Amino acid sequence: MIWNPNKECMSRDEMSALQGKRLHKIVEYVYHNVPFYRNKLQEMDIRPDDIQTIEDIKKLPFTTKKDLRDNYPFGLQAAPQSEIIRVHASSGTTGNPTIVGYTRKDVGVWSECMARCLTSYGITRDDIFSVAYGYGLFTGGLGAHYGVEHLGASVIPAGTGNTEKHLKLIRDLGITGIACTPSYALYLAETMDKLGIKKEDLKLRSGAFGAEPWTESMRKEIEERLGLKGYNLYGLSEIMGPCVSYECQEQHGSHICEDHFYPEVINPVTLEPLPNGQSGELVFTTLTKEGMPLLRYRTRDLCSLMTGQCNCGRTAIRMSRIEGRSDDMLIIRGINVFPSQVESVVLSMPEFAPRYMLIVDRVNNLDTLQVQVELRQEYFTATFDTPAAIDDLEKRLAAKLKSVLSISAKVQLKAPGTLERSQGKSAHIIDKRKL
Amino acid sequence: MKQLSIFIENKRGTLLTVLNVLKGAGIQIIASTISDTQDFGIYRIICDDPERAFIVLKEQGITATLTDVFAIQLEDKPGEAARVLALFAEADISIAYMYSFLLSGKGILVFRTSDTERTKQVIGEKSLQEFC
Repeated sequence: MIWNPNKECMSRDEMSALQGKRLHKIVEYVYHNVPFYRNKLQEMDIRPDDIQTIEDIKKLPFTTKKDLRDNYPFGLQAAPQSEIIRVHASSGTTGNPTIVGYTRKDVGVWSECMARCLTSYGITRDDIFSVAYGYGLFTGGLGAHYGVEHLGASVIPAGTGNTEKHLKLIRDLGITGIACTPSYALYLAETMDKLGIKKEDLKLRSGAFGAEPWTESMRKEIEERLGLKGYNLYGLSEIMGPCVSYECQEQHGSHICEDHFYPEVINPVTLEPLPNGQSGELVFTTLTKEGMPLLRYRTRDLCSLMTGQCNCGRTAIRMSRIEGRSDDMLIIRGINVFPSQVESVVLSMPEFAPRYMLIVDRVNNLDTLQVQVELRQEYFTATFDTPAAIDDLEKRLAAKLKSVLSISAKVQLKAPGTLERSQGKSAHIIDKRKL
Repeated sequence: MKQLSIFIENKRGTLLTVLNVLKGAGIQIIASTISDTQDFGIYRIICDDPERAFIVLKEQGITATLTDVFAIQLEDKPGEAARVLALFAEADISIAYMYSFLLSGKGILVFRTSDTERTKQVIGEKSLQEFC
């Protein structure tokens, strides 16, 4: 089934023409409403009228996460505050989160694109669908929720946590579809085993999995243990949230809602656009967004684009699985974590040396984060020589980390001088997860 | 009395490293105790030369600190520790930590309290004998 065949199955020529028209409009819109972009375009001597076709996109400047940080909180917002009806926030690379405001039309586009995803997963208005992404500042929960409502299925806003109760509802209500992170899906399977619930007791048949990288072998395991078909759902809050691309029944690449989000793949070093089929950094331009439109936003996700007609009937371009990152961002329990965020917290507490190590692991299909820090020699004093005092210090650090990262981390205190001094950025991270 | 407190990671061989440093410096340990959590422990030592022990440990990059603790000398017979602690309890002083050892037929009680000044007062008023 296809939610919007007019757009999802548009001929390539028509799609390019539509994208060109929308690109011109969005460039004109940001030129007049976002000083950051106006200055950039003027520096490059580009006028909105220089952008007429989608090929002209190559003339435009890139936008990075750093630009979002430098313009915190609302510097890149194009619409007046009175038009903004929703604000989400995602991890920034340091102290400040990334703030994204949505107008009513943006929320509508989001719901429309999410409905395309769900329809592609075989969900209809007859389904009962559970959203088990986190609700709140994270875009996962509310993004998927609005899509299910727009589609007309019954939405169960399960959120994360309280897995046993959630499983009871899945069984008792006959829930047929679910959206969550792939690792949470496996955690559900573990909990089913623990409670003696069999997949035959459940009516689940379709799952929308995203917000973290996963593999074909994870897909097989999830499908086998939950008795459903698992589809990839991709998105990022800077561009919209979950809904940017989705797999179809073919499970071979994710179709991009390219009438709203124009994809390019570039060489992350030279910034040159790469031909379709070659792997590089994924870049998106929002073609219709009003709240915070972005030109050529560098996602740092590495993948390739696939052209050609898909057996499902859609013509919309597909992206491969995410192959990695061109920065050191980690995705832990679906939440983006930058080592630099941890660094800023550690540096803010004088009791610790300015060194740290992140150890990421997956225990029973749940990601764990351990932060190792060194106690500074001079803070180990006569008033400090009790386990209670040191425990308290660990707890204070853990609380600060939780508020900055939005996930809890276990703090492990090391003796001064025992952590290796890092040579490069990635030297801060040990990722033991086997994906 | 000076106590040496040493921060010890829960890792095989860490304690031995500390002991080897003290052995190399010819330090005699009189009493010691470890309070531990999952990740680390605090190793507390009464020794014959705490100042020097502190310096040699520091030189080896081991995290340690000198802490003032009380050490009271008691008769080696049942009920003595309870008798002394009752005096502190009456004075509304709580004990942060405590350990004990025997030396030349005397019981030695080592402890830190919530209120150092008040503890000194009680020790003086009740004529408790300090060990040094």
